[in-house]
Amino acid sequence: MSVGIIGYGAFIPRRRIKLEEIAKVWGADAASYQRGLQLHEKSVPGKDEDTITMSVEAGRRALDRAGGLDPARIGAVYVGSESHPYAVKPSGTVVAEALGITPQVHIADLEFACKAGTEGMFLAQSLVKAGEVEYALGIGADTSQGAPGDALEYSAAAGAAAFLFGSDTERILAEVVATYSWTTDTPDFWRRAYMHYPRHGSRFTGEPAYFRHIMSSAQGILDQTGLKPQDFAHAIFHQPNGKFPIRVGKRLGFTTAQLETGWLSPWLGNTYSGASPMGLTAVLDIARPGDLVLITSFGSGAGSDSFVFRVTDRITQVQDLAPITRVQLDNEKIYVDYGTYAKLRGKIRMGE
Amino acid sequence: MMLSPARSWREFPQRYRLEAARCTACGKTHYPPRVICSSCRERKFDTVGMPREGTVVTFTTVHVPPKGFTEQSPLEIAIVELKNGVRVMVQIADLADSRELRIGDPVRLEFRRIAEDGEAGLIFYGHKAVRAR
Amino acid sequence: MREVAIIGVGMVECGELWEKSLRTIWAEAAVAALEDAGVDAVDHITVGCMSPGLFVGQEHLASLLADELGMAGVAATRVESACASGGLALRAGIAEVASGLSDVVLVSGVEKMTDVDGADATYALGSAADQEWEGFHGITFPGLYAMMARSHMAHHGTTSRQLAAVAAKNHANGLLNPHAQFHIKVSIDDVLASTMVADPLHLLDCSPITDGAAAVVLMPLAKAKDLAGRRTVVKITGSGMATDTIALANREDLARLRGVELAAERAYKMAGKGPGDIHVAEVHDCFTIAEIMATEALGFFAPGDGGPAAEGGRTSLGGKMPVNTSGGLKAKGHPVGATGVAQVVEIATQLRGKAGQRQVNGATVGLTQNMGGSGGSSIVHILEVE
Repeated sequence: MSVGIIGYGAFIPRRRIKLEEIAKVWGADAASYQRGLQLHEKSVPGKDEDTITMSVEAGRRALDRAGGLDPARIGAVYVGSESHPYAVKPSGTVVAEALGITPQVHIADLEFACKAGTEGMFLAQSLVKAGEVEYALGIGADTSQGAPGDALEYSAAAGAAAFLFGSDTERILAEVVATYSWTTDTPDFWRRAYMHYPRHGSRFTGEPAYFRHIMSSAQGILDQTGLKPQDFAHAIFHQPNGKFPIRVGKRLGFTTAQLETGWLSPWLGNTYSGASPMGLTAVLDIARPGDLVLITSFGSGAGSDSFVFRVTDRITQVQDLAPITRVQLDNEKIYVDYGTYAKLRGKIRMGE
Repeated sequence: MMLSPARSWREFPQRYRLEAARCTACGKTHYPPRVICSSCRERKFDTVGMPREGTVVTFTTVHVPPKGFTEQSPLEIAIVELKNGVRVMVQIADLADSRELRIGDPVRLEFRRIAEDGEAGLIFYGHKAVRAR
Repeated sequence: MREVAIIGVGMVECGELWEKSLRTIWAEAAVAALEDAGVDAVDHITVGCMSPGLFVGQEHLASLLADELGMAGVAATRVESACASGGLALRAGIAEVASGLSDVVLVSGVEKMTDVDGADATYALGSAADQEWEGFHGITFPGLYAMMARSHMAHHGTTSRQLAAVAAKNHANGLLNPHAQFHIKVSIDDVLASTMVADPLHLLDCSPITDGAAAVVLMPLAKAKDLAGRRTVVKITGSGMATDTIALANREDLARLRGVELAAERAYKMAGKGPGDIHVAEVHDCFTIAEIMATEALGFFAPGDGGPAAEGGRTSLGGKMPVNTSGGLKAKGHPVGATGVAQVVEIATQLRGKAGQRQVNGATVGLTQNMGGSGGSSIVHILEVE
């Protein structure tokens, strides 16, 4: 039985902050950060936006592209994030209630740093494949936080991507060809309970964490499928900054042309659980029938989920049924200064 | 304003899914639903969804918001007439400059966080309007 | 139905009365009215108060206040329709007397708003709006009236200067009223320069938070004439009450106060009078736009002419149709539940010829218009010299 994506959607908040705005406040050399991280600006959620609100809108867009599906038929909803609004009370139930999916549905929230979204996608496609449910929704969304003045403050951004999986061949727009996960216990980035901000192992987050897991997962799926980099139209890798996804892509043998459509981080920042999933929605927005697409996520802690998708003929019928990722990224931006950013991100100590 | 868990839950169909009640006798759509039709006094209704597209009927910028909304000052609030003729009061979100807003502007309703009962209480979700692109 | 007359009036000076509790200010107004009436026993007490519960944590108010007056045992009723509670208290009192259920009724209104902080006062006032479908989104009362103002401006070309003219006029009148909260001169430019509260309403377009109380004593007309001797007897010839949707989203026309139109129709009909017969009126200017819209709804001016009328001086003390000689809610103050009764005190005082420097000469027919929330309830009374 083939299983695939029958609907997808992305949501990017409208506010942005430029990297030099942040650098100015902390006395950092903006130009050097821009070069080093290859980041220019990032998305900032409003006071009224969070993982749940973005997941609902991304989910609605996925349903729009699925074309007239009764949401009550969706049998599972997984929301992956490291910024769920509640520590205890699932984001998934609010999302499912808002989308009209309740009550006959499996729901769970996932957490695995930046790969919680793809983990949700894996669970969703697996349940459909196993015949347990007809349709399943996997969402990656985050309004991630970086400690004031820390390197992560330049990249931690907000966004959501949703994928609806099913097995009805007339609806599939991208078929799952293969999946492969490579996961170990690697303490590169973490946040303890009740702490506001995460901490990380600085340069340890690079080779032993990001590169090792992505390389192993991507190489693993290539070996498993017998495919070569040149077989793919597009490849998307987790994008914690602008540099890493290009570096790892080149190492694996992909060209800039294959990497550039899914490469959003220089203008978006790192949307954590939404990062590589939004690279995928950006690719699907312009993909052609027959395209092979590789996506490999990375979540600190650490692990990488890979998928190979084959785009079907249906793709051209659905691309325009919901907002395009790149259009959301580039148009109607509202720039904020650092003070407004700090207020919106709850970094200012308010009166009691 | 703060809602108890029960009260907030009771309102989910209207807040989350914009569910309205359409009178089976005269067709008038009520949002929120009512016990008795305000047009023809009949008592039977169908549950219907509502379109999320509409236009601005009137609006204001509230510079002195009430308790619970002070961090979001100034607050843009409008009455929006949805495509099905039903009017709702909603905030306008993501307005870069309030001077840009005009009566008649097209808007779309988006799912947003409306309020919360402090840092430890419930979060109340609903819809706000954003200017249609 | 028996004809009803006002035999005594009384009120306390409006303001931030830190040293006085709700009971105290109410009792002072009640005693003043009873003394003015020359009676010391009543059959019924009505109390208009919007929210003693939210402002001072006290319900069961009418019974509490009857006792406060040393009249435990007397029948007492508290009525509420937000800022129209006072007008409603008068209507309830009229019904008692007109029906023959009571002979002497003490009608009163009171609100103690300064025992809570500004945010809590705003919350309490906000409960006059649709809590679930308006309050939930963060709207305030200035916000609701600002939305109506914007509609009125779009529809009729009403300007901010015209709104400001209402505030300037009312403050000019307030200077002449010893009971007013504010005795300051305010110009149109002062209003326009004051901070924006809810676009397009500035701070000086909005009535204040006030403590206050007012009372009148009602009797059947015949009995009142016996008691009055040579004093002027003021009779109530018209009373009209109407509701409108609370939620603005459910209103048909945001530039009209339909509730006021209906209440006025009913009062005019009962009194056998029309807008042209009114010599002086107290109108509910919780916001400047409210006075403009109300004067149109009362039929004093055509729709859209309320703004020009204010700007052109037609509603000033010396104008063709003096409105709010007391200073209105703007300058006199707006102790919510008391306002409707305070308006009646002003009109009765005008009709008795006792309004001093703010007297409208030869006034024999007056009107009060009291409104709740954003126009969800409206009460109009017509008073005449007997």
